[in-house]
Amino acid sequence: MSWFLIAPILVPMTTAALAVLLWNQRPAQRAVSACGAGLHLITTILLMVQVWRGGILAGQMGDWPAPFGITLVADHLSAVMVLITGVMGFGVCLYSLSDMNENRENNGFHPLYHVLLTGVTGAFITGDLFNLYVWFEVMLIASFALLALGSEKEQLDGAIKYAAINLVSTVMFLIAIGTLYGLTGTLNMADLALRLPHVEQRGLVTTIAVLFMIAFGIKSAVFPLFFWLPASYHTPAVAVSAIFAGLLTKVGVYALVRTFTLIFTSDVAYTHGALLVVAGLTMVTGVLGAAAQNEIRRILSFHIISQIGYMIMGLALYTPLGLIGAVFYLVHHIIVKTNLFLVAGIIRRLTGSMELKRIGGLYKASPLLVVLFLIPALSLSGIPPLSGFWAKLVLIRASLEIGSYAIAATAVLVGALTLFSMTKIWGEAFWKPHPEGPARTLGIGDLTATERALLIGPIMVFAALTIAIGLWAQPFLDLATRASGELLERTPYIDAVMGVRP
Amino acid sequence: MAFTVGAMAAGSVYLLLSHNLVRVLFGLILLSNAANFVIFSAGGMVEGAPPLIAKGARDLAGVHANPLPQALILTAIVISFGLLAFALVLVYRTYQELGTIDSDRMRLAEPPYDDQDIPEPENPHRIHVRDAARRVGNRVDNRMSANGSDPA
Repeated sequence: MSWFLIAPILVPMTTAALAVLLWNQRPAQRAVSACGAGLHLITTILLMVQVWRGGILAGQMGDWPAPFGITLVADHLSAVMVLITGVMGFGVCLYSLSDMNENRENNGFHPLYHVLLTGVTGAFITGDLFNLYVWFEVMLIASFALLALGSEKEQLDGAIKYAAINLVSTVMFLIAIGTLYGLTGTLNMADLALRLPHVEQRGLVTTIAVLFMIAFGIKSAVFPLFFWLPASYHTPAVAVSAIFAGLLTKVGVYALVRTFTLIFTSDVAYTHGALLVVAGLTMVTGVLGAAAQNEIRRILSFHIISQIGYMIMGLALYTPLGLIGAVFYLVHHIIVKTNLFLVAGIIRRLTGSMELKRIGGLYKASPLLVVLFLIPALSLSGIPPLSGFWAKLVLIRASLEIGSYAIAATAVLVGALTLFSMTKIWGEAFWKPHPEGPARTLGIGDLTATERALLIGPIMVFAALTIAIGLWAQPFLDLATRASGELLERTPYIDAVMGVRP
Repeated sequence: MAFTVGAMAAGSVYLLLSHNLVRVLFGLILLSNAANFVIFSAGGMVEGAPPLIAKGARDLAGVHANPLPQALILTAIVISFGLLAFALVLVYRTYQELGTIDSDRMRLAEPPYDDQDIPEPENPHRIHVRDAARRVGNRVDNRMSANGSDPA
């Protein structure tokens, strides 16, 4: 059992427990929370280094050999997702120290936040389907509570919708697990990959695959299952919606990638064909929805949906290059999207609202924010040399390679439309004067020094990361290539979990 | 068993489609129990053969019930209990804050309609305040005219 593997789960779990013990001691809780997030980041870096040097890392809980015990596995995809969780978790935690009001902190923001990180990390590392279900639940219960935290009327409205649809998706996931167990007698993912080709009822396997597709599809907000996302993501505190936007839907995408490269690969023409259609429709509806909105966080929420389409597209193409694109896109998107939500929070600080009609004048008042907004915004729409450009380039090349011209054209068009809806935020929030006079718009200089460090600091680091991925894309592409290689060549993963078989 | 699961799932879908959030909640409870039954039946059902290892033997002999699905169901029950308890509190809290459990009337988080005028859903069982007032007024009028005085 490797400590590298278990530490990224243990650290946030312990932090959450400590934060609960320090209930009503706000300063101590904040300190523990920040330290815990920092420590979590360190453990995720260590895991990444370990996997980068030594390849796939697998461990059996309680020393029960697979497939009987619960397996934890970190291949390059898991490791990079865990790493990005660590980075985002730390950044958003610092941001939240200044963003959260006292009421929300007293009601348990910090413990819940770390429970959420525990769930996300666990879902990325586990190698067992039922265990994945449990981590999903851990993540879900924390996200329900975080969403409703503060109990504003809008939040409760959003939380009801979010909770109802996610509970249904969870039950579908559970039914799929049950049926799959009945069919194969195992729930270990590597063991499933070995046993599923020998199952005789091929039709049933495809049915279960579609059940998984729907369950994870609801989690990752693909067309036509996305309605809960724009109904809820703009309601909670900024730090909460930023971490949701960055990580939660991506856990669904990760689960899709994992199951549809490792387990359900027998009927690729049908399952991945369906995924490709879904991907195209997700991109288009997402971006059209964004174009129709007038509230910054709602625009950004719809963008999440259209971006999810790109990742699913990479998976659906099911070629080495397509999967490289999907992995690259996942990493790029998490950074950029979290960053945009954080910027949206600052916009509200400085102008008093997120409704585009009620704000303005930011260009004049705070030029620094202009730069900080433009970097992720342009990256999201795929302007070179930022990270989004490479992600889109790889995906479009992958689709041209196998002659899927329709999806390539969709991807290009959606990129352009993304830019269009970004210009809407740009024109309304930055360019036009504030409707209540220029004095209503504060500059960044009006914030206190601590606020500036905690709010602007993480945004600057994330923006720098986006530029770094754009300018030095090669190492990140190498990483994505390794991850995609492991996804397509399943034997090393299976061997790492099951031990080398004769 | 299959028919039981089918009936439960059908009933839960009917409840889930309701406007009433409490009914939606009942639908979720029913659906999660249907899922538990699916796992139970997927594990293969054997009558009267508990998976106990006989004294002195090292392995299970013969046909026996599969113990793993029951462990899975137990986990699933605990988890869904927690989630549904939370959902119940959420619904109650929403009722306190918004004063309604009709999901069609929860539009606070949505962008406003263009005409800003949300149509009141017709409810045959509810007496509108205006009607009630009119009825009371008529009664007073009648009584006054019966007494011979002029209703002002």
